[in-house]
Amino acid sequence: MKLSKILKNGFLIVVACLALSACATSKKSTGQMQGDVYTGTDTVEYLASGVPDRVFFATNESVLTTASRETLRKQAAWLRKNSKITIVLEGHADERGTREYNLALGERRANAAKDYLMTYGISSDRISVLSYGKERPVDSGSNPLAWSKNRRSVTVKAN
Amino acid sequence: MKKFLIILILILIPVKSFGLIEVDITRGNLNPLPIAVSPLSIDEESRKNFENILKKKNIGSEISSIVENNLKVSGLFNPLNKDAFLQEPDIANLKPRFEDWNLIKAQALITGKVSYVEEKLRVEFRLWDVLAGKEMMALAFTTVPNNWRRVGHIITDKVYERLTGERGYFDTRIIYVAEEGPKTQRVKKLAIMDQDGANNKFLTLGNELVLTPRFNPTSQLVTYLSYFRNLPRVYLLDIETGTQEVVGDFPGMTFAPRFSPDGKKIIMSFAKDGNSEIYTMDLENRIVEKITNHPSIDTSPSYSPDGKFISFNSDRSGYQQIYVMKSDGSNVKRISFGKGIYGTPVWSPRGDLIAFTKLHKGKFYIGVMRTDGSGERLLTENFYQEAPSWSPNGRVLIFYRETKTDSKGKGFSAKLWSIDLTGYNERQVPTPTDGSDPSWSSLLSN
Repeated sequence: MKLSKILKNGFLIVVACLALSACATSKKSTGQMQGDVYTGTDTVEYLASGVPDRVFFATNESVLTTASRETLRKQAAWLRKNSKITIVLEGHADERGTREYNLALGERRANAAKDYLMTYGISSDRISVLSYGKERPVDSGSNPLAWSKNRRSVTVKAN
Repeated sequence: MKKFLIILILILIPVKSFGLIEVDITRGNLNPLPIAVSPLSIDEESRKNFENILKKKNIGSEISSIVENNLKVSGLFNPLNKDAFLQEPDIANLKPRFEDWNLIKAQALITGKVSYVEEKLRVEFRLWDVLAGKEMMALAFTTVPNNWRRVGHIITDKVYERLTGERGYFDTRIIYVAEEGPKTQRVKKLAIMDQDGANNKFLTLGNELVLTPRFNPTSQLVTYLSYFRNLPRVYLLDIETGTQEVVGDFPGMTFAPRFSPDGKKIIMSFAKDGNSEIYTMDLENRIVEKITNHPSIDTSPSYSPDGKFISFNSDRSGYQQIYVMKSDGSNVKRISFGKGIYGTPVWSPRGDLIAFTKLHKGKFYIGVMRTDGSGERLLTENFYQEAPSWSPNGRVLIFYRETKTDSKGKGFSAKLWSIDLTGYNERQVPTPTDGSDPSWSSLLSN
C-alpha cells in the first residue's frame, strides 16, 4: 500500500521504479492478477485489431499501471489515425465501497485515462468522461478476481 | 398525493402525566411491554359502508392490525394474542374490565371505535394503564376513508409518544431505489412506500439509472441522481405533481445530493477532472456556492439539524474518512480515527450523533459516533451494507444490505434493513422487489 502511495506522488518516481525489476516482482502475481490489478484478457474487448478497450486499477487507486499506459498509447495511436472518432471513457469501481465515493472514484479513474490520452496528442474535445461507480460490474462475482475486473476504465466509441 | 385532512375534533380527557407504565427506549428492548390491542369496534352499518368503499371486510380490525404490527416492529412492545382477549371490543372501549386484561398479563390496552360519519372515517381510541386501572389518553379524529392506513400509523405515533415520551415515526414514508435484474445490468427505479412497506409505488419507469433519493425534510420534494441521457446529474422531483428538474447548471457529474434541514438548499458533489468537491445550491435564488476546495474526493455531505455544520467523507488523508466543517466550509476537522475506512456520514435529527458506514478487514458496519468522533459504536456487521438514514425521531436507522454471490456469481440480492440505535431489533423492511438507498421522511402529520 505504501508503495502505491509513493507511486501516486510523481511520474518521475514511477519511471525510476519501473527500471528496477525488483519493483514489479515484489508484488504477488497470481495468474490473472498482479498485486490486485487485473492482468487477464477475459473481459477485454477491442476497439481495433490490437487495441484493447480497457485498463484496470488497484483497489482504491486511480494510478495507471505500465500495462495500462501501454494500452492507452495504442488507443492514442488508433485515435490519431481515426481523427473523426470521439470517445467516452467510462470509469468503474468494484462493489467494496460506498456508492457515492465510488461514483467519484470512477470519475477519477476515467480522468486518469483521459489525461494520459491527452499527453499523447488526443484533444479533450474528443473525450468525454462518464462514471458509473459500482453500478455496472462486468463480473457479478464477490471475490478478489471479479472485483479486479470491475475496477476499470473502458474506452467506448461515441460516434 | 392527496392532501390529508386530519382534524382533531375531540380530546375526550386531557392527557395527564402520571401513568405507571414507562418504556425506556434508550436501552435494548429485552423486555418489550405486553400490550393488548383490542380490535376497533364498528357498528354494522358503518362496517358495510366501509366494505363498499374500501373493499375491506372489517376496517376496525384492519386498522388495529396496523397498530399492532407497528408496535411489534418497534421492538419495544409485545402485542398479545387476540385469542386470549376476554372482553368484547365495544364494551372494552367503554370501560375495560381491568382484571381480565391483567389476567393475560397486559400492562397497556388500546381500545377504540370506528364509524362512518358524513362519508368520512371517524376514529376514536383510548389508551389504558391496566395495572393502575386508568385511562391514559383518549383521542378522536376524522379523515377521508382512503387514509385508513395512516389512521393506524397516527394512533401508533400517539401511543408511542405517550408511553416513551419521544415523538413517534410511524406516519412516515420511505423513498428508495427498487432494483431488479442481473447484477451486471440492474434496472433501478425510484419507489416510495409507507414506513411499514404498504402502498408501494414506483415513481420512475426504469429507463435510466437512478440512485440515492433523499426527502426534503419540510415538503414533498425529493432529490436524487439520474443518468437521464447518460448524463449523471442531481434532479429534483415533486412527488405530488411528478414534475422533475435538473439542479444547477454544471458541466459534469453532480451526485450525492441532500437537502439542508430547512429544505431550502441542496448540498451535493460536483466531479470534474478527477476531483470531487462539495457545492450548495439555494433553491429559491439558484445561487451556487463552492464549499470544499481540495484535490481529493469530497462527497456524501450531510448537514447538522441546526444547519451550522456539514459532515462529509473525504480521502484527503489517503483513505475515505469522515470530516466535519462549518457550513461555509471553514474549520475542516477529521473526526473518524478508528481502524478502517469510514463513509456516508449522516447527522442524527437529534443533533448528537453521526451515523456512518465503516469498512474494516473486509466487513461492512453501520455505526454511530458523537459529532466530535468520540464514542464510536458499531451496530451491525455484514458482508456489505451502507447508507444509513435516520427515522425522524433519531431512534431507528434504515440502510441497505447486499449479499455475497456464490462461485458462479449467482445469488445477489439487495434488501432494506432497519436497526435501533441500541443495536437491537434488526429487521428486514419488506419491499416488493430488491431495494437500496433508503431515505426516511419526516412525520407526515404533526
